[in-house]
Amino acid sequence: MVATSFDGVIMPTAPRSGRYSVFAIAREALRQHTGWQRAWASPQPRDRYKVVIVGAGGHGLATAYYLGKNFGITDVAIIEKGWLGGGNTGRNTTIIRSNYLQDPSAAIYDKALKLYENLSQDLNYNVMFSPRGLIMLAQTEHEVRGYKRTVYANNLQGVSTEWVDPQRLKELVPIINLDGPRYPVLGGLYQERGGTARHDAVAWGYARACSDMGMHIIQNCEVTGVETEGGQVRAVNTSKGRIGCDKLAMVVAGHSSQLAEMAGFRLPIESVALQALVSEPIKPCMDVVVMANTVHGYLSQSDKGEMVIGGGTDGFNNFTQRGSWHHVEETVRALVETFPMISRLKMLRQWGGIVDMTGDRSPILSTTPVGGIYVNCGWGTGGFKAIPGSGWAMAELVANGRPGPLAEEFGLNRFREGRFIDESVAAGVAH
Amino acid sequence: MLILTCPYCGVKAEETELQPGGEAHLKRVGPAGSDDEFEDYMFARKNAKGVHFERWRHAYGCGKWFLAARDTATLQVYGTYSAQTPHPPARIVAAIRDVHPDWQPDWTETAGADAE
Repeated sequence: MVATSFDGVIMPTAPRSGRYSVFAIAREALRQHTGWQRAWASPQPRDRYKVVIVGAGGHGLATAYYLGKNFGITDVAIIEKGWLGGGNTGRNTTIIRSNYLQDPSAAIYDKALKLYENLSQDLNYNVMFSPRGLIMLAQTEHEVRGYKRTVYANNLQGVSTEWVDPQRLKELVPIINLDGPRYPVLGGLYQERGGTARHDAVAWGYARACSDMGMHIIQNCEVTGVETEGGQVRAVNTSKGRIGCDKLAMVVAGHSSQLAEMAGFRLPIESVALQALVSEPIKPCMDVVVMANTVHGYLSQSDKGEMVIGGGTDGFNNFTQRGSWHHVEETVRALVETFPMISRLKMLRQWGGIVDMTGDRSPILSTTPVGGIYVNCGWGTGGFKAIPGSGWAMAELVANGRPGPLAEEFGLNRFREGRFIDESVAAGVAH
Repeated sequence: MLILTCPYCGVKAEETELQPGGEAHLKRVGPAGSDDEFEDYMFARKNAKGVHFERWRHAYGCGKWFLAARDTATLQVYGTYSAQTPHPPARIVAAIRDVHPDWQPDWTETAGADAE
């Protein structure tokens, strides 16, 4: 069965990975765990699919999943240059929140948060969603005013957030130092429903569900060209041959400009490196996520006990997936003042990802100048939290050929028409 | 860390001394331009993976804007040059071709580029 599903073997039908349950564990325990199936198949591409999605990260896989689930479209291939979830999906700091200032942002991010709340049950795959609460620290008077405004906006949007004063903040985060000389903590924007999830599991869970629906996930398959005819997409050329399609969804984050160029259009996107680092594991000391946007740092503790630290972006275009040392220094120096106890932690790993930045720091979910091609990009530094909502809205866009209510404000035409969804003040630093 | 030599004051400046300013050689579209041209000028970017020309300011030095040719895929710097040039000068093109022999400029030669 699935043991034959290595690359090079065409699967006659998709393997069923079987439902995960306590009974499955018991059954496998009785037979030395020999019956577990691969979570998804690795088929060779067919000549043609109804929909080809480029990019098997969270957003691409979620798009495929909701195409199948909400629209019954399963003649879908998700092709991926590297390995599944190996781009920004596996490189982010796993933070989930929906406390955005602008209405269209709050709508799509809160849709994502609501889907995350039931994602493990929906996918039958534990994505370890942990709504542990999230605080954005206000460390300047400007931030105090900005976040209070966001609280009011959120309450009007139906997104529950609250302003917390320093005393309450200290109760929520005992390790915090409120009166640092350079960055005093003046309060915070608290979203109790925010938190984290296991990023790899989100990709794996969606991949397994897509594979079970009969969709093809094709890894190590790089797109080398996009074939169009009369302004309509016909096929993509890949390192595994030509793949015909009626519709093409580009969901490739940092390489969106390169893919768009193959199809003959340009995007208002610039790719920069965003980096993160993680400490040695320590005992539980902080059970909320804390973001400090003034100092470009955010901190949470993983289930393994590591302190996960996110930093700022480079100011220049970069495709190397490497960070800059001085950013690490800047981030850590500032965080040490606010969290003195992390000063003696050793850092284990540091890495970078290439994020796709738009001018207004809001994503693009849009039709394009080429018929049948749809783009989902521009999530910049904060895509992980949006994965389910992004996939939901993108599936609607691809299936109907026009955006639904969640995506319609995020079209490419907003730049031409000056209808920016300006999140650069509220969230441009850290997501 | 990225190090660029300021073509005005000659200082080898570290990244922290510089302020990035985005894509270089954008042709300004004025009131006579069409909506398409203005959108293109204002928002669309090459975002090249490879050779990239960009603006930098020697913020904590002489304070002047200059231009740099850099590779976004390898972080190699091909050189820096004056901002008062319509397109990159010949020595920058030569430096790029040392690494990418087949690389083709996407501008037409005009007088004054090599005056720097």
